[in-house]
Amino acid sequence: MPRVLFTAHLKRLAPAGPVWVEAGTVRAALDRVFAEHPLLRSYVLDEQARLRKHVVLFVDGNRAALDDPVAPAAELCVLQALSGG
Amino acid sequence: MAPLLVGTRKGLFTIAESGAVIRHDFAGVPVSAVLHDPPDGALYAGLDHGHFGVKLHRSDDAGVSWIELPAPAFPAGLDGAPAVSLIWVLEAGRPGEIWAGTIPGGLFRSDDRGQSWQLVDSLWQQEARAEWMGGGFDQPGIHSISVDPRDRARMTIGVSCGGVWLSEDGGTSWRLGGDGLVAGYMPDQRRDDRRIQDPHRLARCQAAPDRVWTQHHSGVFRSDDGGESWQRITGLPRSDFGFAVAAHPHDPDTAWFVPAESDQNRIPVGGVVTVSRTRDGGRSFDSFSAGLPPPPAYDLVYRHAFDVAPDGAALAMGSTTGGLWLSADAGESWRIAAARLPPIACLRIVT
Repeated sequence: MPRVLFTAHLKRLAPAGPVWVEAGTVRAALDRVFAEHPLLRSYVLDEQARLRKHVVLFVDGNRAALDDPVAPAAELCVLQALSGG
Repeated sequence: MAPLLVGTRKGLFTIAESGAVIRHDFAGVPVSAVLHDPPDGALYAGLDHGHFGVKLHRSDDAGVSWIELPAPAFPAGLDGAPAVSLIWVLEAGRPGEIWAGTIPGGLFRSDDRGQSWQLVDSLWQQEARAEWMGGGFDQPGIHSISVDPRDRARMTIGVSCGGVWLSEDGGTSWRLGGDGLVAGYMPDQRRDDRRIQDPHRLARCQAAPDRVWTQHHSGVFRSDDGGESWQRITGLPRSDFGFAVAAHPHDPDTAWFVPAESDQNRIPVGGVVTVSRTRDGGRSFDSFSAGLPPPPAYDLVYRHAFDVAPDGAALAMGSTTGGLWLSADAGESWRIAAARLPPIACLRIVT
C-alpha cells in the first residue's frame, strides 16, 4: 500500500506519522486520509478539489499531480511550496 | 476603552488600552478579518494562510480557546469554479447570523454562528457581476456589509470594484445602488456606471442609518438614503483619496477619514499622517495630527483598520507600518498604543 506523509506544518490536523492507504492515484490516496481527518482536506485542496497553489506533492521524490498514479510501494509527500513564502 | 482586536500580517493581537498585548493568537498567520458579536460575545477571525488557504475560527471565551470552523466556500460545480482567496470582512446580522464578504466577490451567510455557510446565490447570479473588476487584488471582492440596525433584513454592501448593493429582505433579492458615484479611473463614457464603482469602504451612522459615508477610490461621498444615491463631498483637507472611513454612531453629520496622497502614491501627503473629520455633514473639515508620528511617515491605514467606539469619542487606527493609535477625544489627538506591530489589516474595538 502507498505511504502518505504530511509536512510538519500540518501536524495539528494531519496524521502524526506516515499512513498506509489503499489507493491507485494521488487523489484517491489523499481522499482516504481526508476521510479520517476531515479538516485537513481544506488545507491541501480548495473547495473545487484543486490542489492549493502553494502546496506541492511528491511521489517517490518526483513532483506529482493529483491524477498521477501511485504504485503500491510508493511514498507520497504533501509539502508546502516555497512559492507561498 | 475596551480591548482591541488587531488583525495583522503575523497573527491576531488582543491589546489593552495601555498598549499591552493581552493575547497573540495565530502567531505568524495573516489575519484578514475580525469580528466581535456583542449578543453572545463570540469572536471570529478570518485567516489568510499563505499555503493552506483561508480559514475561519471562533472563540466563545474571549480568545482563550479557538474552534476552527469550515470557512465560507463556493459550491463545487459553480461556473468558473471559484475558490475563496480571502475573507475580507465578517459582520453580524440577526441573532446567530454571520455574514462574510470574500474575494472573489462572494457574500456568504451563516445561520449557526459560522458552523456552516451558504453562498448568497441571488447576488452571485446578478448579471452586473460580469462587469465587476479587481480593486487592489486580481479579483473583485466584498469588503463592506452594513446591516440596518432598525431592520436587520435591510443591508447595504460595498464591492471593490462592483458598486453598492442593497437588499431589503435579508439578501434574498438585490438592487444596485450607488447613483451619483463617479469612477475617475474609467473612460468618460463609463464614469457613472454604477456596476464598476470602487467604494473602498462604507460606514453607516447607527442612530440615523440612512446616512452612509464612503471613502471611494475617486473621492468621498455621502448618502442620505442608505446607499441608494450619493453626493460627492469636496474640500477635504490634504486629499480625498484613502481607504478608511468611520461614521459617528449617534451624529449623522460626523465622520472621519484618513487621507493618502493619491491612488498613484499611497502614502500620507507630504509624509504627514493626519485624520480628517467633519461635524457638519461634509460641508467643512478639520485635520488632526497631534500624537501621530512626526514626518516623514509612510503609514497607510487600510479600510478595516479604523474603528470608532459606540460613544463616538474613542477611536482606534492601525497602519501598514504596524503602528496602532488611540484617540479619546473624537480624533482630535492621538496616543500611540503600539509602535511595532506587524502590518495591520483590520481592527475592532471590543464593546
